[in-house]
Amino acid sequence: MTLLSVSNLKTSYGKTTVLTGVSFHIDEGETYALVGESGSGKTTLIRAIAGLAPAQDGLILFQGKNIRGLSDRKMRPFRKDISLMFQDPVGSLSPRLTVGGLITEPYRIQGMNNRDLNAEAIRLLEMVGLPADMAGRYPFQLSGGQARRVGVARALALEPKLLLADEPTAGLDVSVQGELLNLLNDLRDQLGLSMLIITHNLNIVRHVSDRMGIMYLGQLVEEGTTEDVFHHSKHPYTRALLSASPKPDPHAKMDRIILQGDPPSLLKRPSGCEFRSRCPFAKDICKEKPEWNETHGHNVRCFIPLS
Amino acid sequence: MTAPLLQIDGVTIDYNTKKGNLRALRDISFDVNKGEIVGIVGESGCGKSTLISTILQLLPQNAEWKKGAINFKGKNLIACSEKEMRDMRGKDISVIFQDPMQSLNPVITIGRQMVDIQHRSTSPYVEKWQKAIDMLSMVGIADAETRLKQHPFEFSGGMLQRIAIAMALMSRPDLLIADEPTTALDATLEVEIIKRLKDLHKEMGCSILFISHHLGVIAELCQRVVVMYAGSVVEFGSVDEIFFNPKHPYTRRLIECDPGHIKERAKRLPTIPGEIPDLTEALEGCIFQERCSEIIAKCKISTPHFVSVGQNHQAACWLNHNQEPE
Repeated sequence: MTLLSVSNLKTSYGKTTVLTGVSFHIDEGETYALVGESGSGKTTLIRAIAGLAPAQDGLILFQGKNIRGLSDRKMRPFRKDISLMFQDPVGSLSPRLTVGGLITEPYRIQGMNNRDLNAEAIRLLEMVGLPADMAGRYPFQLSGGQARRVGVARALALEPKLLLADEPTAGLDVSVQGELLNLLNDLRDQLGLSMLIITHNLNIVRHVSDRMGIMYLGQLVEEGTTEDVFHHSKHPYTRALLSASPKPDPHAKMDRIILQGDPPSLLKRPSGCEFRSRCPFAKDICKEKPEWNETHGHNVRCFIPLS
Repeated sequence: MTAPLLQIDGVTIDYNTKKGNLRALRDISFDVNKGEIVGIVGESGCGKSTLISTILQLLPQNAEWKKGAINFKGKNLIACSEKEMRDMRGKDISVIFQDPMQSLNPVITIGRQMVDIQHRSTSPYVEKWQKAIDMLSMVGIADAETRLKQHPFEFSGGMLQRIAIAMALMSRPDLLIADEPTTALDATLEVEIIKRLKDLHKEMGCSILFISHHLGVIAELCQRVVVMYAGSVVEFGSVDEIFFNPKHPYTRRLIECDPGHIKERAKRLPTIPGEIPDLTEALEGCIFQERCSEIIAKCKISTPHFVSVGQNHQAACWLNHNQEPE
């Protein structure tokens, strides 16, 4: 069953078009990873789904209902089912609330005050593996990893169906990063969550996602099951990204595709294929706009896909 | 064999905090040879930043020098006057910081900043300007002359980091300290910076002290690696020895934890349970004992000293002592 289906979503801020028509879907219980570099529109997309960024055109169907462009009041009931974990773990927690207050805030906002909030706080802390006495602490007293866990507890308080996680491991040490990903994996199995994870760290994608999409300048350029994309990537940008990640092995052979130049500005989008200004394989045909080619769930936007 | 360029010998630093003495660096010793790239790897709180400030003699007021010596080109930096140090910083030793946006002045053009940084040189302005052009082209920024007239906000993060590298190398320093220079960058730009540093290193032959928590980057760039944990060096050796034959449990765990290491999808990722110990509390024995899965009785009683565990490879762990005749 499809839980979330986004089609042809477009977002502009003034004259700057950030998303130029994004389409993808997430099934129930599935984890989907969106990968791309800074400025590719990942965060805008996730915020648009959560109703926190504008989306001028397209559809966001959640359980079949369009939630694009809903007013805050109409969006509120959906926020029980769609929750967001922000990129900055400490910055997204109010410094003046205790951990207990923070993780039970969703209940108060949704008017569920009849619950025993203290008991809920303890239950949530236990769920994310934090000691119960943590409830009395303030955000500045937490380590980065603990703040992340509080973020998870807060996002999962209302037992959402969909968790949107914006760079859930950014800024964490490797030894702690694994803990957080294990926690998310466990909770997904326990609660039957669907997740949309945004990251630029390809190394973690492989271990958490079922399917993944690669974004470049506000558009998906490739999409498929995580295994397919890792082993049979078709788009030159995906190939470059995959080859870019340094391996913890001094003898690793580097068949690297080093991209020329920097990502173009959103204000000066290249004509035709938007990747052609950096693509090592660009040909004349790339001056046209490539179509989104769908083949057996492994889709690519490229005239000359790699094999 | 000539003397090492930088010799750090038993450096121990405390910070005086409200909670008591925080033991930030404990008996740190290692060398950086001329023309060598040495990587320092460690997680948050391991003392990487304190170490840089120590080398540059830029420690905050509440830092207390307990013991040790730092020799740079045969000169003891501890005994140097503030003036001597000032002459050395930015000339013999330069630094590239993590966030290029914060190391450049946002309201002054790149060109002006690149000329200003040559303030010690007595050459005329045109020559300094020309040098700025040359350096920019050297780090691969096209159309350098026009670019020099632009402000930092007109550049992307990767370009700014390249500019920071150009500025750091302008004085042809003997030692370049790179403090997590790729952490704030995207993957494709990260590999570009590494490649650039490698090329420049070949060309200029300076020594590089490269600090990172990213094992992949260290493996690719460095010749020797120093592993730090909670203010202590726990292991050091050639890059091959550290990655293929790690002898300290912390190094082993750290390498295991890197998801880049695991090729197939793992249901559970390895982690290092527990947290870095509270450095204000006195700790008997090995610094890693609380999180170590291979702990033996001796670890709680006394601090392990370094023992040779391979060619140019030493580790501070009691487990290695057993294999050797005492």
